[in-house]
Amino acid sequence: MSALDRRAAMATLLADRKDDLLVVPGLGSTCWDLAAAGDNDRNFYLWGAMGGAAMIGLGLALAQPDKRVLVVTGDGEMLMGMGSLATIGVKRPANLAVVVFDNGHYGETGMQPSHTSTGGVDLVAIAEGCGIAAVLDVRDEAGLAGLASRLKDLSGAGPLFARVAIAAGEAPRVLPERDGIVLKNRFRAAIGLKA
Amino acid sequence: MNAPAAAIDWPDQLYATLKRAGIRQVGYVPDAGHARLIDRVRADPDIHDVVLTTEEEGIALAAGAWLGGQRAVLLMQSSGVGNCINMLSLARSCRFPLLMMITMRGEWEEFNPWQQPMGSIVEPVMKLSEAEVYRATRPEEVEGLAERAVQHVFGDERIAALILSQQLIGKKVWVK
Repeated sequence: MSALDRRAAMATLLADRKDDLLVVPGLGSTCWDLAAAGDNDRNFYLWGAMGGAAMIGLGLALAQPDKRVLVVTGDGEMLMGMGSLATIGVKRPANLAVVVFDNGHYGETGMQPSHTSTGGVDLVAIAEGCGIAAVLDVRDEAGLAGLASRLKDLSGAGPLFARVAIAAGEAPRVLPERDGIVLKNRFRAAIGLKA
Repeated sequence: MNAPAAAIDWPDQLYATLKRAGIRQVGYVPDAGHARLIDRVRADPDIHDVVLTTEEEGIALAAGAWLGGQRAVLLMQSSGVGNCINMLSLARSCRFPLLMMITMRGEWEEFNPWQQPMGSIVEPVMKLSEAEVYRATRPEEVEGLAERAVQHVFGDERIAALILSQQLIGKKVWVK
């Protein structure tokens, strides 16, 4: 399997990032990946709230319809919040993209296998079954480039879901700010809200 | 309609309170006790009504809403409180304003004994989770307590739980 490197994949998705892009990672590896791609006040890093990343993205997308909201989380985090894909599929915010870096493992706890690798659980099929119209299964560099291109313009009929096949290696931790109040206030200030 | 006429229509008062507070997102798992309020919310084009698969989704939804400049409320039944406990860490760690309105089961003329175990620990769980708890037992209390909860949450970026007792909801909801 020609799975992708997680840090390179995050860098590709965020290349030439514009100010209208708001990013929420899952806790753990995708949070470190986001920090490694370069700090930005429009990132809301998660150090907890497992299973909640996509729903934070939904609340944010509904509140900021003129901005693009990108959730990048892992397979374990997405599995814990799988119901949120159904909630998003029903609510259909066009400006929300949920991208799952699927390495089939729980990286933060010792690389134990997740259901996506040991049980063949298919997040792409789940997203389709939740009624999300635009669903991508990204397995190589060309697919990743296609996803990055799609993310530039989230003005379609509904939300976008993508599963990205990620190599199951651990990258060095890059730790962002971890004070939740600071993260919240700087994010709000960055988009013109009262901190 | 088989519901008896109430002297005070507290669900409509709750809706009015939410409107005055500028609430723009309402997350809920469908609930009989909140049925009237949910109907009002669904009919309001200025409110995003978000049906959740589990109540903890609503904690995260409210956090995202606040990050984006909107106020949210989470409606749930007492059993849903247990589903929220870890996700409440999000609101506590980041001091997100979080307003919850909780209809009680398992405490007054309950016909289902399986509702009692969670119902009996709603208030201690909420207090342990740093929520200010307001309990309404009589219709005339609801609006004033809701206003205080709103002020606590959005005036100071805190957590509040407005508990709507089963005595308040009573047979209006459960008898068919």
